[in-house]
Amino acid sequence: MSLTRRFMLRTAGAALGGALAFASPAAFAQGAGTIKVGILHSLSGTMAISETTLKDVMLMLIEEQNKKGGLLGKKLEPVVVDPASNWPLFAEKARELISKDKVSATFGCWTSVSRKSVLPVFEELNSILFYPVQYEGEESSKNIFYTGAAPNQQAIPAVDYLMENEKVQRWVLAGTDYVYPRTTNKILEAYLKSKGVMPEDIMINYTPFGHSDWQTIVADIKKFGSAGKKTAVVSTINGDANVPFYKELGNAGVKATDIPVVAFSVGEEELAGIDTKPLIGHLAAWNYFQSVDNADNKAFIAKWRAFTKNEKRVTNDPMEAHVIGFNMWVKAVEKAGTTDTDAVLDAMIGVAVPNLTGGYSTMMPNHHITKPVLIGEVQGDGQFNTVWQTSGLVVGDEWSDYLEGSKDLISDWRKPLSCGNFNVKTGKCGGATK
Amino acid sequence: MTLRSRPARACAIPLTGPAGKSLIETLSFAAAALFLLMLALFATPQARAQGESSVIIGLTSDKFPDTERALNELPASDLPTAPQIVEALAANRLYFNGPARKLYFADDAGKMFDAATGEPADVMASALKKVRINNAVRRSLDAARGALTLMSPDPAKRKAAADSVFKSRDATALPLLEAALAKETLSSTRKILEEARAAIIAGDSGASEVQRLEAIDILKSRGDQDVVSVLTTIASWSEGRVKAAAESASSVIQAKLALWRNVQNIWYGLSLGSVLLLAAIGLAITFGVMGIINMAHGEMVMLGAYTTFAVQEWARTSHPGLLNYSLFIAIPLAFLVTATVGILIERVVIRFLYGRPLETLLATFGISLILQQAVRTIFGANNREVSAPSFMAGSFDFGSLQIGYGRMWIIVFALAVFFALQFVLRATSFGLRMRAVTQNRRMASSMGIDTNRIDALAFGLGSGIAGMAGVALSQIDNVSPNLGQSYIIDSFMVVVFGGVGNLWGTLLGALTLGVANKFLEPIAGAVLGKILLLVFIILFIQKRPRGLFALKGRAVEA
Repeated sequence: MSLTRRFMLRTAGAALGGALAFASPAAFAQGAGTIKVGILHSLSGTMAISETTLKDVMLMLIEEQNKKGGLLGKKLEPVVVDPASNWPLFAEKARELISKDKVSATFGCWTSVSRKSVLPVFEELNSILFYPVQYEGEESSKNIFYTGAAPNQQAIPAVDYLMENEKVQRWVLAGTDYVYPRTTNKILEAYLKSKGVMPEDIMINYTPFGHSDWQTIVADIKKFGSAGKKTAVVSTINGDANVPFYKELGNAGVKATDIPVVAFSVGEEELAGIDTKPLIGHLAAWNYFQSVDNADNKAFIAKWRAFTKNEKRVTNDPMEAHVIGFNMWVKAVEKAGTTDTDAVLDAMIGVAVPNLTGGYSTMMPNHHITKPVLIGEVQGDGQFNTVWQTSGLVVGDEWSDYLEGSKDLISDWRKPLSCGNFNVKTGKCGGATK
Repeated sequence: MTLRSRPARACAIPLTGPAGKSLIETLSFAAAALFLLMLALFATPQARAQGESSVIIGLTSDKFPDTERALNELPASDLPTAPQIVEALAANRLYFNGPARKLYFADDAGKMFDAATGEPADVMASALKKVRINNAVRRSLDAARGALTLMSPDPAKRKAAADSVFKSRDATALPLLEAALAKETLSSTRKILEEARAAIIAGDSGASEVQRLEAIDILKSRGDQDVVSVLTTIASWSEGRVKAAAESASSVIQAKLALWRNVQNIWYGLSLGSVLLLAAIGLAITFGVMGIINMAHGEMVMLGAYTTFAVQEWARTSHPGLLNYSLFIAIPLAFLVTATVGILIERVVIRFLYGRPLETLLATFGISLILQQAVRTIFGANNREVSAPSFMAGSFDFGSLQIGYGRMWIIVFALAVFFALQFVLRATSFGLRMRAVTQNRRMASSMGIDTNRIDALAFGLGSGIAGMAGVALSQIDNVSPNLGQSYIIDSFMVVVFGGVGNLWGTLLGALTLGVANKFLEPIAGAVLGKILLLVFIILFIQKRPRGLFALKGRAVEA
């Protein structure tokens, strides 16, 4: 058996390599006067479920920009590569995009580990990455623009909502066992304790990727929730594991009116695979919902459905992040008059573009953007009904104020400071003092 | 100077419906509301009118707290249309006209009625706004609905109503509860009503100590997780004998529940084991009996799940009446589809690789990737929704154990598949030939058995069973191209642990691993539990390389 296992692993590598050779970059006709835009999203493997959509959004945005006459008088040319949900391959493909295809900017990645894997490449080759997914923070790179939510733009407002509106006193922090849930839960735990929640009122639970048997954990949550205090679950459960989790909640009769679950990784796309009737009232915190009622959003949904030729296609938060990121990049390139990386990096800061929720998002000096925070309840039709939103925009906070190592750090990429981890206590650039 | 990015203090405002409702409008509405209230208080002789207008005002103000308050007042308001209002709100069919303070509900057919009078109204739903709901409103709605349907002629509705009153413990429902109790004839519903009354009285600081102690006794006899919740709340603010009684009752119940938790672990373990069994049993044929390391096994499960999806889609669009029974069509169809794919794979690839396990491994792994990507191209990368038929939804209570119908039927199905397979192998001539070929290929061949044909059919059988497993798994897992990957390792684990080439070993192996996993999980957590189990299997294989049930005799060496 041990022989088999080892062989299985080795084979996995070999076969994956083979499969990738097949799905090598969809090379587009090269024109002399084009600006190339890299799209680095998995089109196969486990993350394809989420990332394929983002590739399509980017293609739509580029097509639209070209219809408007392109950028700086040139047409935009998308370069799509498939990193196949394989983290080291993300770095290889990023290098290929920058060195071989000479892209001016790249839009890509979903998981934090994929971003961590390409980060050194983008810094080494000095190119620009737009990262559209909510993440755990604790990072600020000169070459990356984070258009998704930092924890203070999603997790903390969600907890505030539950505390104030649902009077929740007991917390289950349930997540998949990897960096985003672990860091987010660490921040949330510190935050809850700072709000006077007792340690015995916090239950933290981690499950492997793709966990499918939730009976025990749901029973534990039910038991934890029967201590006479209002209980809520904060879920950082990722990807495919959500469907069996919600199915089990429905089977076990855990209703949102008893124990609400607020999720940070469940959006319209994820709900598309579930019958949401037993889930009515469970919550999600995002910066965008498809159901947001305004003209910009309606136009975007219509365009998206026309582009994908599917009247039922849903939109979600990371898609909006790409829309914002792309429009910001276009504006910055126009402002700089060139696609040269350093000029664009400078021009990006302070750029403001309309978001799809009826306001403007601005790129801040820490390479994070301002966003409204929305809390929505799941409806029977798989959509969210916004029940609460921040009165203004929230600035993404890259270094959490609730973690020991990071509360003294700030990031500001404007000259002359140009530092991603400036320590305000020591007055030096270079992270936390040990 | 650096720009410290600080979160703008996010101040919570409950959303008011029309964005940008002007202050003046709000103020004038408040004034109007006050005026109406005053009018109701002083001008009209009946107290009833006050209830009415206050409820209507609350429901038409488009603010969650007002809606909630209105719903709390509704059962006691004597509003003749209260049941319709509540049902309409639950079904998302309650409309309002804010400025005019008019409330309307629509019936099933979409016909509109004035909610204050119950008279048909001549308004268009599209010109009105819907009354919006959040969790707090939903709770009040459940309570109001419970209180209002306590007298329903439908016993199932009465029971549900009693349950929701027990949950809400809304003291204002007490008179209605007493009235319902006086009329209730069904003993099971009576019991819930009494428990609901006990829950209200035990938590009522105004009730006498004797009454409250009596109520706690009734609650104690119910003895489930909900009661623990009620009792701990009561114990947290009560004093003296009531506090002591609540505490002791809750600790008695908790001790009992702790015992039940072991039963629960066994049940969950059996349930997980049955899933493992389903996933592994096809592999027990292709790997266990035929010796092919089939990495595409998981994809057969996945294809079975997609067949279920396709059948459901077909039923949904062309034969809605069959939707509830679509699984029964999907089971044979999934078997046929995956068996055909399996035979194809065997004929095209595997038959050239017999006796070369490493190449088989590589080739089948490649096939699994091709199948995954093919499904992704045809059906898209997103999860597909497979709905549960009505007989698999919901659950029933066995003691303090909640048993879901879905899980129960999967256990039954897994065992049925297992015994059917045993029957095929033991009692049919195909089974006999297959065993003959796997035990001694050359001798079987010289006895006139077409070994090539048997190989293809046996591989088809294993694949077909995996497809049937996919039908069951579509009920609990997500139907996505990756479905198979999550089961392939577990399946190999079960087959190797149970003993290669022995179906009984697969059964016992699956159930043992399932139960062991469920006992480890609460102690060690899901991640560590899985690791511990793997370590255990590795150690076990060191001691017994051939698994739980080792095949004996000459066949092993062949």
